[in-house]
Amino acid sequence: MSYQVLAPMAGSICRIEVAEGDAVKEAAVLLVMESMKMEVPVEATFDGKVAKIHCNVGDLIDQDQLLITLA
Amino acid sequence: MSQEELRAMLASYAERALVGGSPKARERHQAQGKMLVRDRLRKLFDEGVLFEDGLLAGVRRDLPGDAVVTCVGRIHGREVAVIANDMTVKAGTWGYTTFLKITQMQELAARNKIPIVYLVDSAGARIDDQFDCYLGRKAWGNIFYNQVQISGVVPQVCLMFGPSPAGSAYVPALCDVTFMVDKNATAYLGSPRLAKMATGEDVTEEQMGGARMHCTMSGLGDLLVATEQEAIEKARDYLAYFPDHFESKPSLQPPRPPEDGPRPSAVVPPNQNTPYDVRKLIRAIVDEGSFFELKEAFAKELCTGLARLGGRVVGIVANNSANKGGVLFNDSSDKGARFIWTCNAFNIPLLFLQDISGFMIGSAVERAGIIRHGAKLLTAVCEAKVPRISVMVRKGYGGGYLAMSGAPTQPDAQLALSGAMPALMGPEAAVNAIYLNEIQALPEGERNAFIQAKREAYARDINPYDPADRFSFEAVLDPDDLRDDLIARLEIYSRRAIPRIDRRNGVCPV
Repeated sequence: MSYQVLAPMAGSICRIEVAEGDAVKEAAVLLVMESMKMEVPVEATFDGKVAKIHCNVGDLIDQDQLLITLA
Repeated sequence: MSQEELRAMLASYAERALVGGSPKARERHQAQGKMLVRDRLRKLFDEGVLFEDGLLAGVRRDLPGDAVVTCVGRIHGREVAVIANDMTVKAGTWGYTTFLKITQMQELAARNKIPIVYLVDSAGARIDDQFDCYLGRKAWGNIFYNQVQISGVVPQVCLMFGPSPAGSAYVPALCDVTFMVDKNATAYLGSPRLAKMATGEDVTEEQMGGARMHCTMSGLGDLLVATEQEAIEKARDYLAYFPDHFESKPSLQPPRPPEDGPRPSAVVPPNQNTPYDVRKLIRAIVDEGSFFELKEAFAKELCTGLARLGGRVVGIVANNSANKGGVLFNDSSDKGARFIWTCNAFNIPLLFLQDISGFMIGSAVERAGIIRHGAKLLTAVCEAKVPRISVMVRKGYGGGYLAMSGAPTQPDAQLALSGAMPALMGPEAAVNAIYLNEIQALPEGERNAFIQAKREAYARDINPYDPADRFSFEAVLDPDDLRDDLIARLEIYSRRAIPRIDRRNGVCPV
């Protein structure tokens, strides 16, 4: 089963905290976006593995855009 | 007949009614992990039913109670009217006498000013009864009509233990709050089977209208609970924050100090762009164990909940920067407005914790109507007549500051913590707006230094002391002094009369 982590709001990618293949725990910060001058952490919603990262630091992102696939 | 025979006949009818549906129906019901309706009532009330209306309705038609129990009992010593579907009788559906019982108990509660709790577990309207019950002036729709008339007169609480499909889905929607049991509660206008026929859509019941969906996405649910027992306990807890009706006040409790944990000053990060969970700040200032969050899984960028401050009930509306930066969206505006209306209806003072960089911007939210949703929140704030205290914790920017009960909306007090940053907008946006022409006129190489210098100068101007100097804030406080200040103010503000406006209704944006 894979799970798609989507952008909670429009903004840009500030930092990516994981690499493909990493095991992550629920609530771990996967990446940090910046929006409306606030840091917006994006967290894992369950224990899993980072299957694919679909964005780069600095990318402009729309709400609900695919950021990371967890497996 | 002899007295003995009369007594035996009454006992046999009552016994038949109290049992509920057939053994098979009861067995099937309990196999789903659900309590029988009489067991639910035993858990809900302090000591059983005080009196019941219509116990014998339907009993001669083999429809015990006609699928609903309507009664009065006590919760924490206070009388409450209850309307409870019995799923084991004809799937809890509404027939004609069901409808008569429900509406009569609603009217009893409204007339005698006691709260109503609806225990919902029903397949909805009984279609074979539609010609008696659907069209005329005395018909199912009276249930919703009554709910609307009663709204804001006495608290209306809905516990969803099972389905409430189609029209009956308006019962939870028209209550003040709805607590939903995970995996059992469902509400949808059209069932998955109907959707398959009408549009070809293929979805499960849970996806269409499950408790989790409603508590995280649609906002119909206020609290997702794991068990029926938990739903009942939460309903008892919830009602303790409310008076019986709109003309009385919530009860005072003995004050309790906040829970052990970090002090407010240690909870709020000084860097304004760093998110933190505002619920930690709330727990650090309110009475221990008193925080009751509502819609905790829906539109989480705005936190809403009831609590006690020095024993006095208060409704809290707080920007939560841990979610979406605490920025206001359409759903969070709806959530805030509805919570404010609930508190205002029942004499519950409001506390706003502002940490807001604004309403979300961009074409996506504009198309979705963020202006009118924000205007709705602003309307609810400006209409609120109960005591209202606003605290600027960190950012207080733009329209978000107003919608969060800023000083121009006439709160009883607008306070600021020592790290507050009041401004129309932040340094980046402001410098870009004010100096656009100058920036463009500069050679490329000099622009960054100019922008940086202007931003720093602008940021120095954003502090609570210039506004305090102009008396825009009633007080600037150390975070660790906030609780005592709030308690002292609420004690005084709660003495004032609550004004009424003579008009039919404002024209509220939705």
